[in-house]
Amino acid sequence: MYETTYHRPGSVAEAASLFSSTGDAAYFSGGHTLLPTMKARLAAPANLIDLRNIPDLKGIQASGDSVTIGAATTHAEVAASNDVAGAIAPLAALAGSIGDPAVRHVGTMGGSVANNDPAADYPAAVLALAGTVHTNKREIAADDYFTGLFSTALEEGEIVTKVAFKVPETSGYAKFRNPASRYPMAGVFVAKHKDGSVRVAVTGAGNDGVFRWNAAEEALSGNFSADALKGLSVDASGIMSDIHGSAPYRAHLVGVMAGRAVANLGTLTMD
Amino acid sequence: MGMEGIGARVTRKEDKRFITGRGRYTDDMTVPGMAHAGFVRSPHAHAKIKNIDIKAAAAKPGVIKILTGAELAADGIGNLICGWMIHSKDGSPMNMGAYPALAQEVVRHVGQPVAVVVAETAAQARDAADAVALDWEELPAVTDAVKAMESGAPQLHPEAKNNLIYDWEIGESDAADSAIAGAAHVTKLDITNNRLIPNAIEPRAALGVYDPAEEHYTLWTTSQNPHVARLVMSAFYNVAPEHKLRVIAPDVGGGFGSKIYIYPEEIVCLWASKRSGVPVKWVADRSESFMSDAHGRDHVTHAELAFDADNKMVALKVDTIANFGAYMSLFSSCVPTYLYATLLSGQYVIPAIHCNVRAVYTNTVPVDAYRGAGRPEATYVLERLVETAARELGVSPAELRRKNFITEFPYQTPVIMNYDAGGYEASLDAAMKAADYEGFAARRADAEKRGKRRGIGMSCYIEACGIAPSQAVGSLGAGVGLWESAEVRVNPVGTIEVLTGSHSHGQSHETTFAQLVSDRLGIPVDNVSIVHGDTDKVQFGMGTYGSRSGAVGMSAIAKALDKVETKVRTIAAHLLEASEADVEIADGEVRIAGTDKKLGWHEVCLAAYTAHNLPADLEPGLKEGAFYDPTNFTFPAGCYICEVEIDPDTGKTEIVQFVAADDFGRLINPMVVEGQVHGGVAQGVGQALFEGCVYDPENGQLISATYNDYSMPRAGDLPSFDVSTTETLCPGNPLGMKGCGEAGAIGSPPAVINAITDALGNNDLTMPATPQKVWQLAQGAAG
Repeated sequence: MYETTYHRPGSVAEAASLFSSTGDAAYFSGGHTLLPTMKARLAAPANLIDLRNIPDLKGIQASGDSVTIGAATTHAEVAASNDVAGAIAPLAALAGSIGDPAVRHVGTMGGSVANNDPAADYPAAVLALAGTVHTNKREIAADDYFTGLFSTALEEGEIVTKVAFKVPETSGYAKFRNPASRYPMAGVFVAKHKDGSVRVAVTGAGNDGVFRWNAAEEALSGNFSADALKGLSVDASGIMSDIHGSAPYRAHLVGVMAGRAVANLGTLTMD
Repeated sequence: MGMEGIGARVTRKEDKRFITGRGRYTDDMTVPGMAHAGFVRSPHAHAKIKNIDIKAAAAKPGVIKILTGAELAADGIGNLICGWMIHSKDGSPMNMGAYPALAQEVVRHVGQPVAVVVAETAAQARDAADAVALDWEELPAVTDAVKAMESGAPQLHPEAKNNLIYDWEIGESDAADSAIAGAAHVTKLDITNNRLIPNAIEPRAALGVYDPAEEHYTLWTTSQNPHVARLVMSAFYNVAPEHKLRVIAPDVGGGFGSKIYIYPEEIVCLWASKRSGVPVKWVADRSESFMSDAHGRDHVTHAELAFDADNKMVALKVDTIANFGAYMSLFSSCVPTYLYATLLSGQYVIPAIHCNVRAVYTNTVPVDAYRGAGRPEATYVLERLVETAARELGVSPAELRRKNFITEFPYQTPVIMNYDAGGYEASLDAAMKAADYEGFAARRADAEKRGKRRGIGMSCYIEACGIAPSQAVGSLGAGVGLWESAEVRVNPVGTIEVLTGSHSHGQSHETTFAQLVSDRLGIPVDNVSIVHGDTDKVQFGMGTYGSRSGAVGMSAIAKALDKVETKVRTIAAHLLEASEADVEIADGEVRIAGTDKKLGWHEVCLAAYTAHNLPADLEPGLKEGAFYDPTNFTFPAGCYICEVEIDPDTGKTEIVQFVAADDFGRLINPMVVEGQVHGGVAQGVGQALFEGCVYDPENGQLISATYNDYSMPRAGDLPSFDVSTTETLCPGNPLGMKGCGEAGAIGSPPAVINAITDALGNNDLTMPATPQKVWQLAQGAAG
């Protein structure tokens, strides 16, 4: 790793001001992508601004219609939250399935959502649960937020402050993990919302990161059961291919995981 | 003291420091004025070095010295050696290209060290290493051994035409051919043994210290054999004279073979400490480990196993191409020859065996011995053939094996080995009983109801451990003897230090070696200390690898204990006015049989040192040493049974049962043995299901270069193993021991793959059996 200066601001305003005043800075909120990249000397921000100790970014609020999670809330805190589990059980279970205990006690909601790693779990939940990403400047609907591989609607210096999830009528998350990294190779979050709409979000498989599987949504809107997905498959042309899985294999897994999510509502199904 | 002697489950003495974080590893060593090395490594698989410009790097903060291959050559530092000469079948010696510790003129694999920066901190050394400017002329690269032999392939070394290192054979080709021609059935298979990356938990490290006043060198290093390191450093690499070099291998966090070899980095650290005038430390980061630790396996094989009309094996013919990587590592040459082809008879009577091995250079990390070393490759070939043959012949895999087992010993195979003892049916029966082999059909039917495909696979392995005797291995081309040394120092108060040439890097020697002493002398294991890993303390030794430390290292201790006991008898007989023949040593006492005359163990020891009343002509003191050279290899063997369930929708394989029934001869500590089997099986399952080293065939870049892409087995991937042992004693050593360190990694891969191919009804599967490959087979496509 190259030399860097670590900053620990106490407020969002201080963090934003540090970002603009120091130049060559990166926000840090868990660092599970950034730190390995820095260790491999592929990234070298002169300043690291740690957002995890800002009180305004912490905490979980649940109402009947939404669950709002502060950006600096760790995966372990989300996984252990009775409020989250009571409102959207698969979301708590998803948080509890990220990485290992060490990762879950350091990694945060905001870090994951801001980074938009194509194999991260949270983006699937944000998209399927019709989430809203709150920043220090605005609110962005999930459908407008994820714009591609490691890319989001966030502007330079903009900070995710919290993410609000719509509480669905029912939902489920199923993922098949990469045998090496244990990130999802295909993770599918399925949610049936109270207005009757169905959202199916896929992570780990898309060339451009998380995406909604429209054909599955349509099929499930008419018949919300695993049977409705039989015969459906995602187009392999937009699917990632690497040494662990070809595009056709991953596309197939997306279908299998979608079926398992619907067949096991209210929980996480993990292979 | 039976509670702590041979056969007792004594908890590990070394665990107090390991589990409380107080182990002392090479990276824990710090000396005044210490600087750090950062290596400049090749980003190319194959390239000419046109120019190295160090000006910008030398101006970086903290830089003390930058050294390149030119300085290395100017100082006469020798090229790395390969310590086992193999001759091709035409009689010519192996074709070995030069292997300098820092590349000169040409680099031949990604990660090869080109230069070293010595700086005040490790970070400064890395920063400056990045600033060394290299001008390259890229050359075409080849990573696949079969392609490397083709005409027009990139050529790595001028010494090795068509990249061929040797073309070696063993056995009678004509006899095998004619038996196959006349056979009732011939099973043929093309088999790949996947390349593995070792991944010891402690990365390699070195700290070289040169003392100009004494002209003396000290090297702390992550080594399985520090004495061999000292010998090679002085005799071949010209780094330091042997009597002026101390090599210390302190606590070492796993080796699996990868820390046998004397690598460029440790040579360079020691040399650079003199060149730069400061102690030089280097600790590999994990990325460096992936691209610089010797890799394992990487064979491509065609094999044919022939049977007569009664399903008796009549011949085995094997043709193997072994990928050696870019350079010949220290013991690479013996792995696919004398550690592989000599084991191809397995547990079976096979009248005719022939094996041809071609060793090939490619633009990849050098390949050398890795847990099992040749024996896993042999077992994988043979046990996949036997299981496949049983399916083709429509007979039970177990009964086909049983029908062909060797049952009379000693047994001379057609490929050098003379098996001294074994009981293969006992292992087979024990494993089948433990696995409820007969109940499999019902379990499969139940799995089918749940939408899963269930399969069962078997592997009856044999291995040869404790490579020996020295004269025999010398005649086969080894550059070293393979004996072991021990010294037993009895202190005046009766406590004991055992100095051993074996080296523990996870093997529990501090416990098991003490158990031997406790068993013999009747003193507590807490009164016995095991000293190893320091060439200033232990005079010489051959180190630990090849499951040799029990059968060879402990035999040396037993021999030294014989001498200690003899002297104790002499002293006690004198003090108690009795006959030496009547002296008994047990329970911490020295007694005269049939009388009530006795002395405490400590009293006799003290008498040896006070020397007030010793027999005439007897030297004072109580310290004895021994060198032990075995008479033969030892032959551990066993039967492994694996049962899997496959999810046909995802291709995920779950190991639902794994049974290991081993014959290791006498066990010193069954708990430690079980631990060795657990670890070995986990590594074997890793090879079968997860681990695959992947190079980009176009440019030779290492793709599986991090844990994001190189799959290691996790505890959650494994079932609770059913481990048991049967026992036939090894007649070749005083303790009857055979060795247990590698068996799990040798026996398990074919058991896993045989189970998966059984579940799928398709034999066209290569390791690692990733979910994608298994899914493809489950869909009916070729994997």
